Amino acid sequence: MKAKIEVMLKPGVFDPQGKVLMNALHHLDYASVKDVRAAKLFYIEIDEATPDAAKKKLDEMADELFANPVIENYHIEITS
Amino acid sequence: MTFERAVEFSGLSKNEIQLIEKLLERKPTVEELGVFGALWSEHCGYKNTKPMLKKLPTTGRHIIQGPGENAGVVGFDDYAIVFKIESHNHPSAVEPYEGAATGVGGILRDIFAMGAMPIAMVDSLRFGRRDSKRTRYLVGGVIAGISDYGNRVGVPTVAGELVFEDSYEGNPLVNVMCVGLAKKDGICKATAIGEGNLLFYYGSKTGRDGLGGATFASAELSSEGEDKRPSVQVGDAFTEKLILEATLELIDKKLVVGVQDMGAAGITSSSCEMAARGNSTIELDIDKVPAREQNMSAYEFLLSESQERMLATVEPKMLNKVIEVINKYELDHAVIGKVASPVTDNPRVIVREHGKTVVDLPLRPLVHDVPLYVRDMIRPEYLDQVKKIPDYKIPSYKQVLLELLSDPNIASKEWVYERYDHHVQTNLLAEPVMAGGAMLRVKGTTKGIAISTDGNGRYTYLDPYTGGMQAVAEACRNISCMGAEPYGITNCLNFGNPEKPMPYYQMVKAIEGMGEACRKLEAPVTGGNASLYNETDGEPILPTIVVGAVGVIDDYNLSMFNGFKKAGDKIAMLGTNKNEIGGSLFLTKYAGKVIGECPSLDIDTEVRLQKLIRALIAQQRVHSVQDISDGGLAVAVSECAVNSKRLGASLDLQDDIPLDALLFGETQSRILISYPANDKANLDVLKELCVSYDIPLTEIGEVTADRKIVIRVKGKTLIDAGIDDAVKSYNTRYIEE
Repeated sequence: MKAKIEVMLKPGVFDPQGKVLMNALHHLDYASVKDVRAAKLFYIEIDEATPDAAKKKLDEMADELFANPVIENYHIEITS
Repeated sequence: MTFERAVEFSGLSKNEIQLIEKLLERKPTVEELGVFGALWSEHCGYKNTKPMLKKLPTTGRHIIQGPGENAGVVGFDDYAIVFKIESHNHPSAVEPYEGAATGVGGILRDIFAMGAMPIAMVDSLRFGRRDSKRTRYLVGGVIAGISDYGNRVGVPTVAGELVFEDSYEGNPLVNVMCVGLAKKDGICKATAIGEGNLLFYYGSKTGRDGLGGATFASAELSSEGEDKRPSVQVGDAFTEKLILEATLELIDKKLVVGVQDMGAAGITSSSCEMAARGNSTIELDIDKVPAREQNMSAYEFLLSESQERMLATVEPKMLNKVIEVINKYELDHAVIGKVASPVTDNPRVIVREHGKTVVDLPLRPLVHDVPLYVRDMIRPEYLDQVKKIPDYKIPSYKQVLLELLSDPNIASKEWVYERYDHHVQTNLLAEPVMAGGAMLRVKGTTKGIAISTDGNGRYTYLDPYTGGMQAVAEACRNISCMGAEPYGITNCLNFGNPEKPMPYYQMVKAIEGMGEACRKLEAPVTGGNASLYNETDGEPILPTIVVGAVGVIDDYNLSMFNGFKKAGDKIAMLGTNKNEIGGSLFLTKYAGKVIGECPSLDIDTEVRLQKLIRALIAQQRVHSVQDISDGGLAVAVSECAVNSKRLGASLDLQDDIPLDALLFGETQSRILISYPANDKANLDVLKELCVSYDIPLTEIGEVTADRKIVIRVKGKTLIDAGIDDAVKSYNTRYIEE
């Protein structure tokens, strides 16, 4: 089974990487850019009986490893 | 934000709210409650500790600036050393990486806001159980946070402490000290003064970060109470570096009247404290503040703890030049208010949002008349119960030595400091394992600056007064053992909930002890911070005073470290071995808890010992110097051998005290020295000096070339360990990468 975990900072948490990217875009004359937020995307292959079982495991993994639940949210998607 | 919610978030007690209503003769606004809550929190207002802090010595011949500014200042020649220590305990417990990183950022800003270039950071860290998964996670996060932030800004982390003790399990301590260097005439104060002058904001934009952090830091953590957690502040070290350069340029070009960093309670504390120092009324137009998020309210702007922000007082005619500098560094900026009165007896702070006044408060009660709490002193019963030492079992003495050397509290911290850019700026004179502190040269002079942080929660738990004294004594001893004279100290007071009798008693006694030691050692207090409510589920941490000391040596080429230098050198001990095993790391390890009587400390002896060692180093009579601390005599001598990289030691002790205490006891005021063997003239003077300072000198052995550590007592061999085994144990890494 294939899955994606997207990890992004919670709304309101300062994102220095996004800020640097936005400043750089402004320097490149993309003046219309109003905000940039960086996120991470993980592609995972997992061997579980059902999509629900896989999702449950991925949820644990995201909470324990992929995301820092104090400042980040995550979103899991089973892709195939 | 409703009134009730604002009351809850303010952390103020019912009585305090009533006091405010009486003071104002009206109900405070929501914003005003937020302002009072921040400035009357322990973090900003010291409402529990001020009565004791007032009794501390704060003046002396080296002191340029005592408590009350961004940081303390001591001086030598034309130079000013600016330094301060601060805690970031609660944020680091919630999010170790960002908590520690923003702790570094905050203390850096305190130093460069005074016009000083930060030259060194020192961290004092406490974590819980060695074997817990949580501890490993916290240690990894905190160390990564410190190294990433410090390395990016280009300030070396040169020394520190790392202690594991069960009581810190739910509540780690992250105390960070920064030392900066300026010219005496280049010091800038944090003041808002001069009617018509502008309040100028620069740095990063303001978001909803850490909303109410100052009140959060003054509340106990509960394993379930996660709702009160503010959104965590995230640091941006590159912006910090820009602010550092911009601030030093503004101060150097004399474009600003005063500067303060926005730390806990952000705009509120910085603006109110600056105005209170200048005794001037200020007016803020809060919606002028550069915002990172939309629809932010005045309440949120006032209490946000977004990082990397500064507030300066600027004369209108200088504004264009100031903006020119700020633009060069691509920082956000805005004029957010002005000084609205000449110096007055009744300064006020007025905050407007879209032209409407939301805060109109007298500054004096806000900043100076913080309600103070003096409570009854009740001697906790545990102090009598902990004296009796239970039976305990130990392996062979050789095995004990190797186990202590590999204990993360004693073992080499190379696995930590190798992650820090500890040699950046190229002033550090020896690797951090080579002394109890760090020695940095001052380029272009012969002077060296010595820095050390120390504090022992075990001792302070067993005897708060002696523990308080000991923290100062050891920090200063580490300075003296490098050959420098202690000039002043800063401190972090990490205690439990002061509203409970036990932590309160511990705190009062420990601060008294600290004050006594500072007076006797002529190392006055220049500031610091208090971190109270360090408890999890009602259990307080070991009471932990962390003292950061700085000192100066006239010629850094003479500074001394602990590694043995030459086979055949004689080894001697200054001081006296006593039957004191209580509170030692040895006993904590083998009896399984912090127990026994705290090692005694005669502060007058300590003063003489430190003067003696400085004289011996200045006259170049010794080859190595090592303070005896955690792990006792056996560990101290092993460290000298291990750090020599090749030499061993052979000791024969003659004392009539129990062997455990003799080898591993932590009796205070003892220093190990090595000196040339066949130089009788040198030895005669050395002995004379010991007599003149009234400190016993005992010849106990010699440095050997046979790569072994041999300790005999009255001729009987108790420990015979190969250097290679000792090195292997000492280099045990708590976290393998």
